[in-house]
Amino acid sequence: MSSQAHFTDFKSDKRPTWCPGCGDFGTMNGMMKALANTGNSPDDTFICAGIGCSGKIGTYMHSYALHGVHGRALPVGTGVKMANPNLEVMVAGGDGDGYSIGAGHFVHAVRRNVDMTYVVMDNRIYGLTKGQFSPTSREDFETSTSPEGTQQSPVHPLALAMAAGGSFIAQSFSSDSQRHTQIIEEAIEHDGFSLVNTYSPCVTFNDVDTYDYFRDSLIDLDEENHDPNDYDQAREKIMDFDNIYQGVIYQDDDSVGYEKRLGIEEPMNDIPDGAPEGAMDLVREFY
Amino acid sequence: MPEDLNWAVGGEAGDGIDSTGKIFAQALSRAGRHVFTSKDFASRIRGGYTAYKIRTSVDEVNSVVDRLDVLVALTQRTIDENLDELHENSVIIYDGERSWEADVPDEMVELDVPLKSLAEDAGGAIMQNVVALGAACEVANFPIEHLDSALEKRFGDKGQKLVDNNQEAARAGRDYVQENYDHDYGYDLETTDNDYVLLNGDEAIGMGALVAGCRFYAGYPITPATNVMEYLTGRIDQYGGTVVQAEDELAAINMALGAARSGARAMTATSGPGIDLMTETFGLIATTETPLVIADVMRSGPSTGMPTKQEQGDLNMALYGGHGEIPRFVVAPTTISECFWKTIEAFNLAEKYQTPVYVISDLAMAVTEQTFSPEEFDMDAVEIDRGNVVSEDDIDQYLDEQGRFQPHYDAADGISPRAFPGTAEGAHMTTGLEHDELGRRTEDTEERVQQVDKRNRKVETAQREEDWSPREFGNEDAENLVITWGSNEGAILEAMDELDDDVRFISVPYLFPRPDLTEAVENADRTVVVECNATGQFADLIERDTLTRVERINKYNGIRFNADELRERITETFAAEPEVTAQ
Repeated sequence: MSSQAHFTDFKSDKRPTWCPGCGDFGTMNGMMKALANTGNSPDDTFICAGIGCSGKIGTYMHSYALHGVHGRALPVGTGVKMANPNLEVMVAGGDGDGYSIGAGHFVHAVRRNVDMTYVVMDNRIYGLTKGQFSPTSREDFETSTSPEGTQQSPVHPLALAMAAGGSFIAQSFSSDSQRHTQIIEEAIEHDGFSLVNTYSPCVTFNDVDTYDYFRDSLIDLDEENHDPNDYDQAREKIMDFDNIYQGVIYQDDDSVGYEKRLGIEEPMNDIPDGAPEGAMDLVREFY
Repeated sequence: MPEDLNWAVGGEAGDGIDSTGKIFAQALSRAGRHVFTSKDFASRIRGGYTAYKIRTSVDEVNSVVDRLDVLVALTQRTIDENLDELHENSVIIYDGERSWEADVPDEMVELDVPLKSLAEDAGGAIMQNVVALGAACEVANFPIEHLDSALEKRFGDKGQKLVDNNQEAARAGRDYVQENYDHDYGYDLETTDNDYVLLNGDEAIGMGALVAGCRFYAGYPITPATNVMEYLTGRIDQYGGTVVQAEDELAAINMALGAARSGARAMTATSGPGIDLMTETFGLIATTETPLVIADVMRSGPSTGMPTKQEQGDLNMALYGGHGEIPRFVVAPTTISECFWKTIEAFNLAEKYQTPVYVISDLAMAVTEQTFSPEEFDMDAVEIDRGNVVSEDDIDQYLDEQGRFQPHYDAADGISPRAFPGTAEGAHMTTGLEHDELGRRTEDTEERVQQVDKRNRKVETAQREEDWSPREFGNEDAENLVITWGSNEGAILEAMDELDDDVRFISVPYLFPRPDLTEAVENADRTVVVECNATGQFADLIERDTLTRVERINKYNGIRFNADELRERITETFAAEPEVTAQ
């Protein structure tokens, strides 16, 4: 496959059923552009997704893809990448998928550091089940299942990733197309697990965390002289729960993907027609 | 059976019982004797009592019996626990210098050997078990050179000094018995020139996976399946593969699913509680038509049940686990060497039919070490069938009129093409949602029916094209029929040696699809189904398949069947008035 793919090559002919104005459109467009800009083609790209509005992304894109069960997209991506390190693996999910039902996998995917890019479409609500609070919802957020607020602290995804030893931690905003695309490109090029928490507003059920809110609140790190390789600086930004930032917040330049550390270089799909040569040695071990 | 010796070592967990037993088993195997081992744990007493039992003969041995000839007892409880199996000529080896005074029944042969102090003289108290092995060699009239060889294998990597010390310790035990006891124990363990290998069911599953081309294994530690993962770790990478210890079973099966989508032969292994967690993804694997092998090494349930005890309780889960209707294959090895062959077969079935395949094994097989001729693992007989994998050269014929690859193409035999990621023009998606031939979500009623029928048609194709025959023993025209599945085969076979000719025995290694036993059941006057569970899950299936009531022999106290009890129970069953009317 030629490496000259255009981003529209990553588009499927299925029309998204997302609500008009949904943040996920922008998130997906940025992913497609970033994949094309980094020289990938649909035939060597694998997209894994979980359940929810975000999970539908594999249907609307054109590549190898699997839409799995709720919260388990990261392990699927892990297996895909480890069994074929030549593939560009992207995992997409929502805040519920990634930080609630899949939180266990999230922590371990971060520390395992397989080379893949995880884009979380964070809209701080459960959209597809029609408006319940999510793990990133604010404490006072009133929904059908939290009429008096959630009474729980929200999960802070970036802090969680940092605590788990993340090697690439970034945040973007789906409506800021250029920055979002650029951040995903950097995530793709990073060797190791890249988290891109993407604010992707839900226009139907969340009237608090809106486009206007993110536009007004996001501080772009490019304007802050931020050095993502500086762990202490990154930690300061990540632990600053009063502000939200856009950009690559932390990147460990020495990161090497787990599969590479294990010495996996070739796809595992080529096996002999019969027992491998010297297979009787396996039996002789039991003498 | 000539020179059939039943030997055991028992003590508290942490006394090195397992490795002591394994070393002796290896010594016997290296002497060209057949070995069948079992690990015994007290079922009613709390605490750490543990024992490793060995049955050995120059003839093939496939089961345990309820007789114990030589017992190395490191604790009084070891003697008490085994009283039922000890007889008047049993030899008990113990260390009277230690803080316990052995209470050995009068008629038995007591060998008080200062295991600990002899071990200390040889280089360390830790070798007291090896001293006992040396003593056992003398009792059994078994050449100590074979023990030397097993010690060399065991400790060779850790340096010659350690090997020397252990060999010296073994001699100290042998010499002590020789010098202090003048007794004819009545054993003369014959050795042969046969080269046997000694392995357990988990190792056989792991070896089968490697030979079958498995390159990706993800699992989470759980008794008694962990040994599969431990076997593959360090070996699979020599073939370009890898083992991932996942964060949980949910991750393990999803990783294996991902690797399988990448085109690797992939597998996971677990036990019942792990299968519960994996069941969510099991349906996804089936509906996305991903080839995957899942080994369930059963233990006593429900819930955490008895993790170190035998049971065949997961049959219904393997057949019916998961919501909705899920096409699958379920194979169940009946011997340790079949663990090897059925695992290879499972990989072929998985890829030919693009389905999940369960390999159902159990604790009794997982922890039993048994000797085999290497020829039982004839590598030239291994065949690999990857099924309908398309290449870049032939992908054109699998594209629709708009040039899109159809991973769920409605083929006449139900088997669609597979394109590994990276194949040009093959990009496609698949989903756990009901999907069309392109793999995209649909709620269209016709497409739904088309895909359900297509998936089920794969099973029909397999039923037609594969050989699902059972293993047959005994007299085909016998009035009495015994049916079993899984690890009970060996014990029943041995029980049959002394039953009269009027028994036909069918051992079933395929649970779904399974052989049609209607004719066999109809031709027999009496049919009894033997299985290690309380409710007779397999007997229920036989009744349903054959529309005939059958009798049942069940055991669910956590301990495997042994040949002696089966001989008795089968005889009793057929001698008694029928429990059920056959018609």
